[in-house]
Amino acid sequence: MEILMSFVIGFLFMAAVYLMLSRSLLRIIIGTAVLSHGAHLLLLTMGGFGGDAPPVLQHGETSYVDPLPQALILTAIVISFGVTAFFLVLAYRSYQELETDNMNLLRGIDEDD
Amino acid sequence: MINFLLFPIIVPFFVAMVLLFFPSKVKAQRTITMLALVINLVISLRLIHLVHTKGIQVVTLGSWDAPFGISMVSDMFSALLVTSTSIIALFVVWTSMFSVGIEREKHFYYPGILFLLTGVNGAFTTGDIFNMFVFFEVLLMASYLLIVLGGEKKQLRESIKYILVNVTSSALFVITVGYLYAVVGTLNMADISQKIAQVNQPGILTVIAVLFLVVFGFKSAIFPLFFWLPKSYAAPPIPVLALFGALLTKVGVYAIIRTYTLFFIHDTAFTHELLMILSIITIVFGLIGALAYFDVKQIIIYNIIIAVGVILFGASIMNETAMEGAIFYLLHDILLKGALFLLIGVLIHVTGTTNLRKMGGVLSTHPVLAWSYLIAAFGLVGIPPLSGFIGKLLIVKGAIEGDELILSLVILLSSLGVLLSVIRIFIHAFWGEAPQEVMYKKDAHYRALLVPAVIITAITVFYGVGAEVLMPYVTQATSTLMNPLEYIQAVLGGA
Repeated sequence: MEILMSFVIGFLFMAAVYLMLSRSLLRIIIGTAVLSHGAHLLLLTMGGFGGDAPPVLQHGETSYVDPLPQALILTAIVISFGVTAFFLVLAYRSYQELETDNMNLLRGIDEDD
Repeated sequence: MINFLLFPIIVPFFVAMVLLFFPSKVKAQRTITMLALVINLVISLRLIHLVHTKGIQVVTLGSWDAPFGISMVSDMFSALLVTSTSIIALFVVWTSMFSVGIEREKHFYYPGILFLLTGVNGAFTTGDIFNMFVFFEVLLMASYLLIVLGGEKKQLRESIKYILVNVTSSALFVITVGYLYAVVGTLNMADISQKIAQVNQPGILTVIAVLFLVVFGFKSAIFPLFFWLPKSYAAPPIPVLALFGALLTKVGVYAIIRTYTLFFIHDTAFTHELLMILSIITIVFGLIGALAYFDVKQIIIYNIIIAVGVILFGASIMNETAMEGAIFYLLHDILLKGALFLLIGVLIHVTGTTNLRKMGGVLSTHPVLAWSYLIAAFGLVGIPPLSGFIGKLLIVKGAIEGDELILSLVILLSSLGVLLSVIRIFIHAFWGEAPQEVMYKKDAHYRALLVPAVIITAITVFYGVGAEVLMPYVTQATSTLMNPLEYIQAVLGGA
């Protein structure tokens, strides 16, 4: 399972980097979303798989799942959705204002400041 | 257990939430924000006193015992940083009332600043590595708002890059925390330190140390990772720039110092050497930038990068003297960067431009501004008895004790470069003749902007002259950093 997950995470990172290196702002944003999901999957994998019961100690379970990575991912997912939403709104606003979503044209020059 | 150390986080957070309800009542927003910041300052001074007399303060949220619950820890290092943060925020808000413009104030400017404070104070106080990530995100979210607020073309363009860099580094932060969790199986910082000591830091932890350096290096703008800073910071209005320049990079510096004195101390040969080399290169590149520009904002912005290099160089030596110097210089830099940016803000208001070539002769029309700037500039360079001198003296002394003679010479020579860069502003803007077509403003607005800038400059002077009074606190902070056992015992309770 860990091996499979490593491949999935690696693929997500690859796709994220590919998207983030493109010129279109929208693709970059999707890239960042994919990147953060890769990171979350990695966090889940790092906690280790195995254990098939929920982590309730009273019932005498010995093979339970580590609950901490799931709690962490919950937090991280919320944050990454928030940032992605903000980023999308920002992209829309700057498309209205600057009339382009091409990163090459968004390069600032000192003279126009 | 006292919950007192949570107040610097809760007060700004709560007030910010209240302020969200009536955005267009600007006067109320200003008054409440100032009131909250004064309360915050008093609380953080009291916190310093508490830590000084009673030792490290710890709160475990929900009373779950330390390695399992989330702990908030306030040792002297974080208490001092929280206090400097409160001082800077107070003066930035004071200046903001006269300079950011009513439109920004109506669109959640003050809540943004208060949320930023929540994040910064939280990152300084937390004793849990994942919560440090969460508080980083809180402050980053607030900084995204502040950097783009106003929606000028330049702001929109630069904030896209700022957000992109920070989103990437946040993803890397999550990944690094995941690796660390996989290796040591805990997130509590004191517990991590103890577990790493038990396994005697194998190679994989050195990899994680370098990953942490990359993550926090993005935030603190060390050598290969500072590329985003100069242009992004130049976009927002001056008070926001002052707040960012004084605080945001310092949070990254704090995180590097914390992890490199608490976690990765058992095999320093590679990690701390790397940190040392990077910090020296950071100073050199910062100097190149500071000397290359003829734009007042850019010159001071590149000076942020230089200061980060100096502080981290002091921290990387890992002996008492250099660490004391690093802490002293860190606090000095928070206050002084705030002062310099506010003074530059007044200068830009007076001349109406950021280009040095279009300025001149301000000394004869605005003497108070000119002399305050000169004092702040000398403080930055480190002319005794101003505050930069003491920090640099301790760092260089520590470096010589740690047999880093040549690198300490770089620090000393860098002071000359800094002197050249800031005195260039003095020569071009304040000396000489004013360009003929320009009429310099000297209105009530100018005086209103000048007052906070001059007061904070005076505070930096006191910080240098009164170093004798402050040294016990800095020494206490150093001793906690140099003996992680104190920190571990305070959090885990004598384990």
